Amino acid sequence: MASTVEWGEAPTQERTTRFREFGLMWQAFRRDPLALVSLLVIVLFVLGAVFAPWLAPYPEQGEGAPNITEKFEPPSREHLLGTDYLGRDVLSRILYGGRSSLSIGFLVVIVATVIGVPMGAIAGYYGGWIDDILMRVTDIFLAFPPLLLAIAIAAALGPSFTNAMIAIAITWWPWYTRLVRAQTVSVRERYFVEAARSIGVSDANIIVRHVFPNIFTPVLVQSTMDIGSAILTGAVIAFIGLGVQPPTADWGKMVSTGRIYFIERPWYAGAAGAAIFLVTLAFNLLGDAVRDVADPRTRRSVS
Amino acid sequence: MNAISLVKTCGLTKIFTSRRGLLSRQQRQVRALDGVDLTIYRQETLGVVGESGCGKTTLGRAIMRLIHPTSGQILFEGQDIAPLNRSDFRRYRRDMQMVFQNPYSSFDPRFSMLNSMAEPLRTHTDLRGEALVKRARELLEQTGMPGEILYRYPHEFSGGQLQRIAVARALALNPKFIVLDEPTSALDVSVQAQIINLLQQLQRELKLTYLFITHDLSVVQHISDRIAVMYLGKIVELSITEAIFSDAQHPYTRALLASAPSLDPEFRRERIILKGGVPDPAAPPPGCSFHPRCPEAMEICSQAEPTFVDVGGGHMVACHLVSQT
Amino acid sequence: MNDMLLSVEDLHVRFRTYAGLVHAVNGMTFNVRQGEIFGLVGESGCGKSVTGFAVVRMVPFPGEIARGRIEFQGEDLAQKSEAEMKDIRGRRIAMIFQDPSASLNPVFSIGNQVTRVIRQHVSASRYEARQLALKMFDAVGLPDPERAFRAYPHELSGGMQQRVMIAMALSSGAELLIADEPSTALDVTIQAQILALLTRLRETQGVSILLITHDLGVVAETCDRVGVAYAGNIVEMGRVEDVLYQMKHPYTQGLLAALPRPTHRGQPLQSIKGSVPDGLRLPAGCPFHPRCPEVMDICQLEKPALVLVGPKDHVAACHLYGEGETA
Repeated sequence: MASTVEWGEAPTQERTTRFREFGLMWQAFRRDPLALVSLLVIVLFVLGAVFAPWLAPYPEQGEGAPNITEKFEPPSREHLLGTDYLGRDVLSRILYGGRSSLSIGFLVVIVATVIGVPMGAIAGYYGGWIDDILMRVTDIFLAFPPLLLAIAIAAALGPSFTNAMIAIAITWWPWYTRLVRAQTVSVRERYFVEAARSIGVSDANIIVRHVFPNIFTPVLVQSTMDIGSAILTGAVIAFIGLGVQPPTADWGKMVSTGRIYFIERPWYAGAAGAAIFLVTLAFNLLGDAVRDVADPRTRRSVS
Repeated sequence: MNAISLVKTCGLTKIFTSRRGLLSRQQRQVRALDGVDLTIYRQETLGVVGESGCGKTTLGRAIMRLIHPTSGQILFEGQDIAPLNRSDFRRYRRDMQMVFQNPYSSFDPRFSMLNSMAEPLRTHTDLRGEALVKRARELLEQTGMPGEILYRYPHEFSGGQLQRIAVARALALNPKFIVLDEPTSALDVSVQAQIINLLQQLQRELKLTYLFITHDLSVVQHISDRIAVMYLGKIVELSITEAIFSDAQHPYTRALLASAPSLDPEFRRERIILKGGVPDPAAPPPGCSFHPRCPEAMEICSQAEPTFVDVGGGHMVACHLVSQT
Repeated sequence: MNDMLLSVEDLHVRFRTYAGLVHAVNGMTFNVRQGEIFGLVGESGCGKSVTGFAVVRMVPFPGEIARGRIEFQGEDLAQKSEAEMKDIRGRRIAMIFQDPSASLNPVFSIGNQVTRVIRQHVSASRYEARQLALKMFDAVGLPDPERAFRAYPHELSGGMQQRVMIAMALSSGAELLIADEPSTALDVTIQAQILALLTRLRETQGVSILLITHDLGVVAETCDRVGVAYAGNIVEMGRVEDVLYQMKHPYTQGLLAALPRPTHRGQPLQSIKGSVPDGLRLPAGCPFHPRCPEVMDICQLEKPALVLVGPKDHVAACHLYGEGETA
C-alpha cells in the first residue's frame, strides 16, 4: 500500500452534485432580463394553450362553433380581441390555436432530435463507410430548401396536422445529424473514450454513456432556437392550407383567412400574426440566452 | 528479473491512409509503424523515446489494440493477439491497461470519480453496489488518494491528482502490463516526481511491466531498464539504459541526447545541432530515413535501409556505420 | 542602474472572476539587464505568463494590473495609455508565444504577414519591407528565405514557424524580446536549435530576452540570470550559477531535488508535499509556508522580502535569511 500522500489544500470548489453545471447556468440565466422575459412569454403561451378550455372566455367558439350574429366585431369588453368572420371570439381562437401551433413546434424538434441525434452519433463515432453513407443521405436532404420540401411533402401527403408535422420534421433532422456528428467526432478523440475502449466497454455503451451527455449542451441550444423556427414553418404550412383543417384553430390559418379582411378589420389576422411573432421571437431570444449561458467562458468571467 | 518476454511484437506495421477527396485515387500513406520488432520482458520498464511523428504513441496504441495493425504480430504471453476478434480478445483486456498523457481529458467530466473507477469493474467483474465502492476505495488508497473523493468530479482535481486516479483506474483489473503514454508530460516537476515514485513503487509491489512512452530524456533515464529510440516509425537503437546514455551508437540517439537541456554541467554534451526538421512521414527519405539530417551520412545511407543488428550484449542498432564494420 | 532595461517592481495582477478575486501576480519584483537573457521560471500557476503579458499590458479580461511599476527604459509602462502602448508593442518590446501555429494566420502567406507587421512599425515600402523580411529570415536561420516568404504557415514545420515568429518580432528592432515558452511545443532537437538561435541573436541583434519557461534545464543552458516564481512572487533571483547550484530558497531546493538526475538513478525522487495554491486562497505570510520543510512561526505571519543571500545580487525571499540587507 502506498503511503497516503498529503491531500494538501482542498479543491476550491465545493462538492457538488451532477447538476452543478445546470445550477451555474441557471444563475447566469437569471441575470439576463431578456432571457427571463422570453421564458415568461413562452410559459404564458404554453399555459394558455394547455388550459385553453378553462381560460378561453368562449371555449365552444374557440373550438369552432360559429356565432354569426356577432361577426366582425372589433375588440370590445365582451370580446377582448374582437370576433372573426364567423363571429367567433378571437381571443379564444388564439388560445385554442396555440395548441396546434405550439405543439407542431415542439413535436417537430422532438422528432428531428430523435432521428438526427443517433444518426449523427453513429456517423461520428464509427467514421469510415458508415459515416460516408449516413452523411451523404443527410446531404441529400439538406440540399433541398427546407420550406419548399416541407410544402411538397405536406402537399403529397394531404393536408392535416400530422402530415404537416411529418413533412417539417423530415426537413429538420439533417441539421441535428450534422451537429451531433461534429460534436461526436470531437468527443471521440478525448482520452476518456479511449480509456473506455481500452477497458473493453462496448461501443453502444460508450455512445450512450459518454458521448450523449457530453454533446447535450449544443443540442439543447440548437433545439431551443429551433422550436421557434418550427412554429414559424408550421404557420407557413398552415397559411397555405396544408396544415390543420377548419374548424380547428391555428395561428397560421388565421393569418391566411384574415388576410383578406386585414385592412378594415385587422384584429383577426393581427392577433394571430402577433402571436406567431411573439412566440418565435421569445424562443429565439431564449435560445440565444441558453447558448450564452452554456458557454463556460462567458458564464464565469464576470463577477 | 526474469528474462521472460511478456509482450513481443514482430514486424508490427501500421499504415494510415487518407484519400484526397472522396473520389480521388490518390492516397497519402503514412507509415506510422514500420516493421517494429520489440520484446518487453516481465517486470521491466521499457522506455520508448522519440520526437513527434516517430510512432511511439502509435506503438502503444497498437499493442493495446486501440488501433488495428496493418500487419505484424503482437504476442502477449506467447499468444498472437493481433488477429483475435473482439470477444476472444476480451479476456486480454484485463491484463493490459493504459494511462494517458492528459489527465484532464482522461476522465469523462460528467462522471463522478466513483463512476469512472466503476467502469472497468462493471465491465469485467460481478462487483456491484457496496462491494464495488469498497474496491474503488482500495484502489484509490493504493495510489495515495483518500477514499472520500469518490463522489467528486474531475474538475475538482489538479493534474497530479487526476493522474494518480488514472493509475488507480488502470490497476482496477489487476493487469500485468501497463502502457504509459507520456504520463508526466502535462505535469509540473514536483508533481511529476510524485507520480514517478508512485509508479516505481507500484511496479515493485504488484510486479507490473511498463511500456513508458515519453519525450523527456531525464525521466526515461530515471525510470527505464531498457530504452528504445524511435525515428519515423522504426526503432533505431535499443539497449539497456546505461548503454544508451553512455555509449549511444546511432547518430540520431547521440543528437537527441545532446539536445536535451541538462542541469548538470558534467553531463552536458557537445551540441549536435541537426540540420532541418523531421521529414514528412508520408514521404520518408529513401534508404535510411535519417540520412538527410545525419552528420555522418555515407553514400550507402541513401540507397539501402540499415538492418537492426546486435552490437554486443543485446545492444541493437540500425545504422550502416555499425553494420559495416 | 544604467544597464537595467526592464525593471518590474511590486507588480500585482488580479482577475475578477465569477468565483472571486484571483491573485495571479502578487508582488513580483525582478529586472532584466541590457544584453542578457533572463529566465522567469516556475511551475503552472506561478504567474509567470501573466507577468509577461502584464509587461506589454496585454493581460486578458477580466484581469487588471492592480499595483506596481513596470519600468522600461526609464518610463513606467503601467501608467501608459493604450495608444502609447500600441507604439511600444512590437516596436520596442516584442513577444513570441508557445504555439507558433496559433500565432500565424493560416490564410495568408508568411511573407504577407511579416511585411504587414514590418510596415506597421517602420515606414517602408513593400519592396523595402520584403528585403528586411528576407534579411531577418536569414538571420534566424531559415534555410530558404525566399521559399519561406512565399509559403503558407501550414507548409512550414513547427521549428520554422517559430523562427518566422522570432524574425517578425525582431524585425522592427525591438530591444526587449519576451519569449513565453518558445520551445515547449517543439521537439527537443528543434528546441535546441531555437534556444541556440535566441542566444545567438542576443549577440547579433543586441536584443535582451525575458525567457518565460517551466523547464529548469532550458534556464540552465540558455539564461544568464534567473528568477524563480511561486504563487505570484519571485522567491529567488540571481545569476544562474548561483540560483541553480547554490540554491537558498526551500522551494528552489525542492524543485531541483524533484528533477530526475542521472546521478540519482534508482532512488526515489524527492517531491514537495502538498500542491501549488490557487490564486483564490493564497496562504497568509509566505505563500510557500504550508509546504516548506523548514517552516518557522514567523512564516505564517509575515511575507518575507527579497534579501541578499549571495554575491552578485543573489536574492531570496525567505525568513531563514531574514537578517540580510534588503535588496
